[in-house]
Amino acid sequence: METLLGLDYNTWWFLVFGGVISGYAILDGFDLGAGALHLFLKKEESRRIALNAIGPIWDGNEVWLVIGGGALFAGFPVAYAAIFSAFYIPFMVFIVGLIWRGVAIEFRSKEPGKKWRMAWDFIYSFASITIAVSLGLMLGNVALGIPLNEEHEFIGDWLSFLNPFSIMVAITSLALFMMHGAIFLAMKTENRLFAKITVLAKNFTIFFLVAFGFSSLYTLLYIPHLSDQLRSHPAYFILPLIMFLAIANIPRQLNKRKYRFAFISSSVTIASLLAMVALEVFPVLLMASNNSANSITITNAASSLKTMKTLLLIAGIGTPLVGAYTLFVFWTFKGKVQIDEMSY
Amino acid sequence: METEILARIQFAFTVAFHYIYPPLSIGLGLILVIMEGMYLKTGLQHYKNMTQFWIKVFALIFGIGVATGIVMEFEFGTNWAAYSKYVGDIFGSALAAEGIFAFALESGFLGVLLFGWNRVSPKVHYLSTIMVFLGSMFSAVWIVVANSWQQTPAGFHIVGEGMKARAEITDFWAMVFNPSSMDRLTHVWIGSFLSGAFLVLSVNAYYILRKKHLEIAKPSFKIALFIATFFSFAQLATGHKSADGVAVNQPAKLAALEGHYDSSAAADMYMLGWVDNKNQKVTGLKIPGGLSFLLHQDFKKPVTGLNAFDPNNRPTQVNAIFQVYHIMIAIGMFLIALTAYASWLLYKGKLFEQKWLMHVFAWSVFLPQIANQAGWFAAEMGRQPWVVYGLLRTSDALSKTVKANQIVFSLILFGLVYLTLFALFIYLLNKKIKHGPVSAHETGDIHSNREERIIV
Repeated sequence: METLLGLDYNTWWFLVFGGVISGYAILDGFDLGAGALHLFLKKEESRRIALNAIGPIWDGNEVWLVIGGGALFAGFPVAYAAIFSAFYIPFMVFIVGLIWRGVAIEFRSKEPGKKWRMAWDFIYSFASITIAVSLGLMLGNVALGIPLNEEHEFIGDWLSFLNPFSIMVAITSLALFMMHGAIFLAMKTENRLFAKITVLAKNFTIFFLVAFGFSSLYTLLYIPHLSDQLRSHPAYFILPLIMFLAIANIPRQLNKRKYRFAFISSSVTIASLLAMVALEVFPVLLMASNNSANSITITNAASSLKTMKTLLLIAGIGTPLVGAYTLFVFWTFKGKVQIDEMSY
Repeated sequence: METEILARIQFAFTVAFHYIYPPLSIGLGLILVIMEGMYLKTGLQHYKNMTQFWIKVFALIFGIGVATGIVMEFEFGTNWAAYSKYVGDIFGSALAAEGIFAFALESGFLGVLLFGWNRVSPKVHYLSTIMVFLGSMFSAVWIVVANSWQQTPAGFHIVGEGMKARAEITDFWAMVFNPSSMDRLTHVWIGSFLSGAFLVLSVNAYYILRKKHLEIAKPSFKIALFIATFFSFAQLATGHKSADGVAVNQPAKLAALEGHYDSSAAADMYMLGWVDNKNQKVTGLKIPGGLSFLLHQDFKKPVTGLNAFDPNNRPTQVNAIFQVYHIMIAIGMFLIALTAYASWLLYKGKLFEQKWLMHVFAWSVFLPQIANQAGWFAAEMGRQPWVVYGLLRTSDALSKTVKANQIVFSLILFGLVYLTLFALFIYLLNKKIKHGPVSAHETGDIHSNREERIIV
């Protein structure tokens, strides 16, 4: 098998895909978190500031989802086909959530009426929660595995995505994003709103710690295949170690009022959680819970070697470009939110 | 069969609704680049006001375009799993390239375009406007490349057999520059410029009729009229080139477009008509041998007809294809006449006095939209029964695990969501238009100190 720097091309693309999904979870994660906690902010001015904190960047953050979808479609078409047709209903709900989140941000400011804005605040927040929860549900099911036939097609019951483990992952994802979003807003706000958000950040951190504790315990007790790589390779313990240090650092930095460091820590938490899942399932992309021979792997789902090489070239040219203008846009809007006549 | 029809209805509905917005984004993008460029060059306040007004409209359109576009990216996986496996190697590459090269550019700089006026220098803002426009143009490149590959596959080979068969890329650039992609891309770009230009024409015609915002409405109208006139003519050329390509690459589609059955006969060109597919007869107003002449410069030369193809390998909805195609052509011709006449009046200095013509322009916003939709319906229905021409049948492309009731559920869901979105869009657009751009004399002192920075 042809390799690049010691890794075969399918593994490279798995890493790229994982990187893009982590990028999406970190970047859109704080938008979704800010949306999920939106209704905790009561004053019109506070809500406007919170919306404008993500206003110029949320669209760029959502692009990572589009790139991730394209990356999966192009590199592992069998997995793309199986996952989205298997999770048909949660995925449709997810997409409808994305639609309403996007238009709610855009539409809210177009009318001054109180009822109009309240309605859109509610839609915006509810859609953000829906997106976070359905993402968590799908992640939980991917980690858990679903029944697949020999053609890698889903053969289970279409409501089976609602299982205890996936629901726990969904709640944990929501809590994680709310914490992440609150920390982001703390960096972008001042005065009384800032004081309120610092309290929210602490509360959501507790919410996350509790949810994370329960789902970790459940995983260790009931889902052995999600920790067997770790048990057989002690060197891999570096990953959970990084994760626990990052998580422990969040309350510490919150107490020291170093919100930028807290934000970096929650970003590392998201990336290392996803890396843990990736490490445990690799080289499987979607495990067949009925018969492991039917699992979708990075080998049997992969595109041709030529396409993999083309894709890596595309990613190699595209990633620095996307990185450069993402940094440019973030830098342009750095610092505390200021409302002006073009704001939402 | 039932799931196939449902899945096709769902795809047609979601993509047709989506396609209201991207052409407007591309067309308005071009107009914003021109307007803001004029502002930078002249420093005149009314150019800034018209730019800011259209940026707000652009934001509304872009928002719905993104929301409905994400649906499309994942609908291949949810409803067309067999298709996704078959073409993932190729189609997926184009979508991935679209995401990273085009959509990221567009969405990244959108934030600066919308909210960056007071944060970056005018030149950097203008650069962002150009980037957003280029991003939307590049988006069209990759999407049209992917679709054109379905029409005229190239640069691939088939690996595996039966259920495991799939297309793999052998030559990336042959895939990108497949026989129809460049002709169709220019046709799509120009169709988009026209839909953007006619939106601007329509809104400003309304202002001129109401005698509102005249100092902004007239120059805006002139900019848009210039674009509309030039590209109405250019669209005729790209359309003709596309048709020539279809004749070579997809003769069954071309035959369906004109309702031509008999391969031994010269093909007519209809102005309007009605196809009786059962008796293979077309009644209507025609130029005898017109299609033969357009293709071969000879009124007598025979053209391959539908009967040359196995009934299982050619489209059955001939009348529908014929009608959408002729609607597109009729609108294209009308737009040429309208813009040419208006440009002539402008040259004579009498344009803005013609009230009836302003009324026509106010309503003309729908025409490029209808033509764009009709053209896509002709292209996609004319390709049937294939989803990838000559390789994969639409009926073989479905997700086997997805049941009819799931598609019905999501179809109703999208139907409700999109109807609500459309109603809100029209409501907000109407409100924005009624409110209008800020007039130069209304622009208060907040801006005046900033204006001094603009010395280009």
